[in-house]
Amino acid sequence: MGKNIFKRKEPLTDTQLLMSITICIFLVMYLFAMIFLQGGFLHAQQIFDMLNDNASLLIVSCGLTIVMIGGGIDISVGAVTSLVVMSCVLYLNRGGNLFVSILLALGIGLAFGLVQGFLISFLDIQPFIVTLAGMFFARGMTTILSVNPQKADHAVFNALKDTKIEIPWLGYVAKNGNLVPARIELGVIVAFVCVAVIFVILKFMPLGRHFYAMGGNQTSALMLGINVKRTRFMSYILSGLLSGISGYVFLMHTGAGNATNAAGMEMNAIASSIIGGTPLTGGVGNVIGTLFGTLTLTTIKKIVVSSGFNDPWWQSITTGGMLCFFILLQSIVLSRRGKKKA
Amino acid sequence: MKKNVKRFFSGGLGQLTIPIIAILLLVIFNLIRDPSFFSIGIAHNSDGNMVLAGNLISIINGASELAILAMGMTLVTAACGGQDISVGAAAAIAGSVFVKVLKSSGGNIHGGLVVAAFVAACIVAVLFASFNGTLVAVFKIQPMIATLILYTCGRSIAYWINGGATPTVSSPIINAIGSFIPGIPIPTPVLIVVLMAILFRLLFHFTSLELFTQSVGINGSAARLNGINSTFIKLLSFVILGVCVAVAGSIGVSRLGLINHETLLLDVEMDTILAVAIGGNSLGGGKFKIGGSIIGAYVIQMLTITLYAMKVSSTDVKAYKAIVIILLVVIGSPVVKAKFSKFASKVFNKEKKAVVKGAE
Repeated sequence: MGKNIFKRKEPLTDTQLLMSITICIFLVMYLFAMIFLQGGFLHAQQIFDMLNDNASLLIVSCGLTIVMIGGGIDISVGAVTSLVVMSCVLYLNRGGNLFVSILLALGIGLAFGLVQGFLISFLDIQPFIVTLAGMFFARGMTTILSVNPQKADHAVFNALKDTKIEIPWLGYVAKNGNLVPARIELGVIVAFVCVAVIFVILKFMPLGRHFYAMGGNQTSALMLGINVKRTRFMSYILSGLLSGISGYVFLMHTGAGNATNAAGMEMNAIASSIIGGTPLTGGVGNVIGTLFGTLTLTTIKKIVVSSGFNDPWWQSITTGGMLCFFILLQSIVLSRRGKKKA
Repeated sequence: MKKNVKRFFSGGLGQLTIPIIAILLLVIFNLIRDPSFFSIGIAHNSDGNMVLAGNLISIINGASELAILAMGMTLVTAACGGQDISVGAAAAIAGSVFVKVLKSSGGNIHGGLVVAAFVAACIVAVLFASFNGTLVAVFKIQPMIATLILYTCGRSIAYWINGGATPTVSSPIINAIGSFIPGIPIPTPVLIVVLMAILFRLLFHFTSLELFTQSVGINGSAARLNGINSTFIKLLSFVILGVCVAVAGSIGVSRLGLINHETLLLDVEMDTILAVAIGGNSLGGGKFKIGGSIIGAYVIQMLTITLYAMKVSSTDVKAYKAIVIILLVVIGSPVVKAKFSKFASKVFNKEKKAVVKGAE
C-alpha cells in the first residue's frame, strides 16, 4: 500500500499535466510577488480581493471550459453578462422582487443557451458565427435598454449586495492599530459553488464524460452511442445558464448597470480557460485548472500594477505575453508527449 | 427557367448562393421601403471637386477596409481552417506606425514620405502577421488562440507607439487617400479595393497559390505528401493578410486624419470573419472564393447603412445585425438547405409526373 503512493500505475493524463503546470506557475508567481513586492501580497485580503473582483469572470470561464472541452466556442458570454446586469438593474429599480430578479437573470442566460445551442447542434451552424451573432444581439439589446449607466436603487438588493462574510483570523492589523477582518463577497461563494458543481458534472456524471468524448473525437463518440447533438446542446445551455449567474454576481459586485459592462470578458474567459489547461481543440481540460487560470491572469495584472508600470498599456501587453508563454508551453508539452506515445 | 430555379434551390450557384440571395433581399427591401435610397447624385465637396454622392456610394466606400481585410482573411481561413481575430488590433498598430513616420518629418508631408510610411506600416504588420503565422504553422496552434495574444495586447502596443496620445496628420495627400483625388469623382478607397482585387487575381493567375492553399486547407498532410510545403503556405497566407492589414490601417487613418488606437477599425475582426462566412466559404478551411468574401463585406455594409437610413442609432445596430446574420446562416445551414432542396425536388417532380401523365 505504501509503495503505491509513490509508484503511480498510470502516468499523468494530459489534463492533469497541464493543470499542474498552471498551479505550479501560479504558486511560484505569487511567492515571487510576496517576497519581492510585499505590500498587499502579504495579506490574505489580496487574494480575496482578486476573487471578489473576478467572481463573475470565474463563473463565465467555467461555462466556457465546458464548451471548449466539447470542442466548441462561445463568445457571447460577456455580452450576455452585460445584458443580464442591465435588465436586472432596470427591473429592480421599478420596484421588482429580488427573487424574481434572480429568476430573470437565469432566464435570460438560459434563453441564450437554448437558442444558440439549438442553432449550433441541431442546425449544424458554426459555433463562432452563432455566438458572434448572440454577442452582437446581447450588446445591442443592452444599449437599447439603456445607454446611460443605471445605479441599483432597491433596499433589499443593496442589503444583499453589502452582505460580506468576515473572517477575523485572516485579517491584518491596520496602521492605526485596528484589526481589519478579511472580507469575502457572496458572489465568491456562488462562484465556488459553480466550480464545485461543474467539477462533479465533469468528473463523475455520464454527461461530463460525454463532453470529453465528444471533444476528443466526435465520430468515435457517435459510434460509442453517445447522442452528440444532445450533448453539444447541453454544453451551450450550461454555458448560457452560467452567463446568467455571472451577470447577477457582477451586479452584486458593482451594483450598477452600464452598457460597457464586462467588455472583453469573453476573451479574458477564453484566456483563463487556456491558461488553466483547456486548449480550444477540445477533449482536454479541467475546471479546477480554470480556477487557477483566472487567478494567474489576475495575479499577473496585480503584479504589473504594483511593480510601478503605471502606463495604461503595460497590463494588456503583459497579459498578451503571458498568454503567449502558456500557449507555447502547452503546445510543446503536448506535442512532445504525442511523439513519445507514437 | 424551371431548371434554373431547381438548380438554384439545390445549391447550383455553389457557394455564392447565400451572398447573392442576401444582397438581392437587401436591394428589394430597400426598393420597397424607399426607392430614393439608390439615387446617386453629384455634389461638390469641401475642396470644390465634383464627386459622386449617395447611399450606394457610401456603402461601397465604407466597406473598403472590410473588403480588403476579407480578401486576406479568406486565404488564412482556407489554408489554416481558422480565423485571425487580431486584424483590428494589427491595423491599429500599422496605422500608428504610418502616422509615426509621417510625423517624423515635422509637418512637411510629401509623396515620398507617404510611400515610406506605408512601407514601414507594411513591414511592421507583416512582422506581427509572421508572429501569428509562426505560432499557427510551426507550433500547430489553432489560429483563434494564436491570434488571441495579439488581440489582447495589440491595441495597447499601438497606444505605446503613439506615446499615450492620439496624434493627427493633415495634408492634401493624406486627404486624397482617405476621400477623393481631385478630378476623380470616385472615392479613392474604392479604387484601392479594385487595385487589391486585381492584384489577388493576378497572383492566382500567375502562381498556383489558389490550388496549393485549397489542398493545404482540405488535408494538410496529404498536401505535404504531394510535395506542397504546407507550413510555408500557411505562413504565406498570414503574410498576405499582414499586407492587407497595413493597407486597411493606412486607409482608416487617412480617412480620419488621426490615429485613435481604441476606435480605429473597432470590431472589424468580427465583421471580417462574418464577411468570409456570408461569402459561402467554409470556416473550417478548404475551398474558397475571394469574390464571395468581397460580396459578403458589401452585404454587411449595406445592412448597416440600411439600418442607419431607418434611423436606428449606431449603438443599437448590432442587435438588428445579429438577427439578420442568424437568418442568413439558418438559410445557408446544411440541414435547412437539405430539407429545402428535398422539398423543392418533391414539388418539381410532382409537376413533372403530372406533365407525363397528361401526355399519356
